[in-house]
Amino acid sequence: MEKYGTQGWCDLYMEALNNSKAWSQAAKTWEGDFIFITEKSGPLKEPLYEYLDLWHGVCRGCEMITDPSKYSPEFIISAPYAIWKRIISNQLDSTQALITKQSKLIAGSRGTMGKIMRYTKAANELTKCTASIPTEWLD
Amino acid sequence: MWTFSSPFIAYGDNALEYLGQIAGAKAFIVTDENIIKLGLVKKVTDQLEEKGMSWQVFDQVEPEPSLDTIKKGGVAVNEYQPNWVIGIGGGSCMDAAKAIILALARPDLEPDAFISSDTYDFRSKAKLMAIPTTSGTGSEATWAYILTDTKYQRKLGLGTTECMPDVAILDPEMVMGMPPVITADTGMDVLCQGIEGYTSIWGTAMTDGPGLVAVRRVFETLEKAYQQGDDLEARKEMMYAATLAGMSFGNAMAGLGHSTGHALGAIFHVPHGRAVGLFLPYTMEYLVNGSKEILAKFAEISRFCNISNGSDERCCSDLIEKIRSLAKSIGQPLTAKDCGIDADEYKAAIPDLVDRATNEVMTFTVSRIPESEDLEKIFMYAYDGKKIDF
Repeated sequence: MEKYGTQGWCDLYMEALNNSKAWSQAAKTWEGDFIFITEKSGPLKEPLYEYLDLWHGVCRGCEMITDPSKYSPEFIISAPYAIWKRIISNQLDSTQALITKQSKLIAGSRGTMGKIMRYTKAANELTKCTASIPTEWLD
Repeated sequence: MWTFSSPFIAYGDNALEYLGQIAGAKAFIVTDENIIKLGLVKKVTDQLEEKGMSWQVFDQVEPEPSLDTIKKGGVAVNEYQPNWVIGIGGGSCMDAAKAIILALARPDLEPDAFISSDTYDFRSKAKLMAIPTTSGTGSEATWAYILTDTKYQRKLGLGTTECMPDVAILDPEMVMGMPPVITADTGMDVLCQGIEGYTSIWGTAMTDGPGLVAVRRVFETLEKAYQQGDDLEARKEMMYAATLAGMSFGNAMAGLGHSTGHALGAIFHVPHGRAVGLFLPYTMEYLVNGSKEILAKFAEISRFCNISNGSDERCCSDLIEKIRSLAKSIGQPLTAKDCGIDADEYKAAIPDLVDRATNEVMTFTVSRIPESEDLEKIFMYAYDGKKIDF
């Protein structure tokens, strides 16, 4: 069990991704990185930034960062704590969250919605892997 | 949280006269050359002129519009700076209008860079109107739009809830001239959207009603609209059914018939409605084999449409049979082979078909999410017309 928003949680996520055949297969041609922002809300007094580097079906890095300008990712996804909790616990579909604007996808300098749409299965598996992480929530 | 979006709808005889009530000085019409030739754009511009509004036409929309076409439209709309953007035509024209109006707000963005979770506030410049000339896609009542990425030969489902038209005008005069084959293709699309909207795992009480009523209207009137194109009542009912189905699946999402049909359409250029209608019964059989819940939902449709009234199993199999018999009666293909696709070419394309279907959101909004192996079998069975037995 790892606390949400810690490097220990990131390490488990990276491990889960690299052990997932389904994700690896679906993302075998994916090239791109993300920052997931957990906005200041609920138990969080400051936002959390998680950097995720994915390349050809391999998770090359998953890191909690304090300075979001450390990386210039292709995509940034931002949501309040309560929404991430529901997505990660499989109570809210990540696509549904985006459509209803409960979460926000922000394309960086290179990312487009078209690119994400070509990897729907990979995105789905990416979320599925989070559900497998034993998570200690902050509230 | 979930949301339900719908346009303001003017419908029925002489509904185009609603144009006399809109405010604004300039309208930018997004359409295609054929709609102009048929005199359908003139029906709209006559109304605009009577009101003293100026208008400009962008008529370069092709079936399943490309990102390049949207870029051209985006340049034109920014030069014109209208108060209204009006999509007149089938789904392609209405979808193009949604994509083009976004360029008014953000001319700097590429057409595939608009993100569903963002807000672009194009309404501070112009409002969006949709006037369908087919009874099929339901695009007049959905916020999503489909564009073609020609680089990857892939259809992109894009849009934000903001792209829901402000106004949809359903005037049966606009669909009276539809040839039988388009009536059939688009009618099968309505059927698929209604059924899939009603059975989507994102479906709610808000989307159930429109979906169910749309399906019943299709069973009652599609054959008549196909055989007697001048039957005003049948045309009107199909037009309403299309919009209702749009309200259902547009808020609840479609399903496997759409994701497999999209894949077939993208590779073998089978018209959208024909492709999704072809896969509908196969994917229903697949879903039923994995879920009692979905069986009950299909049975509800069957009973509501007065197709059958026995056990859930009986109702469901009668519904699927009814879909096939309706399709047959309006000249629709029942198998991929019927579409004239060569067996070897089809077999060679299976990995690509599977990959495309796998990467559609609609593959994940069904009660039984297929893995690649199952999708492969669905495509194979649909070529020869084998009943899904797995």
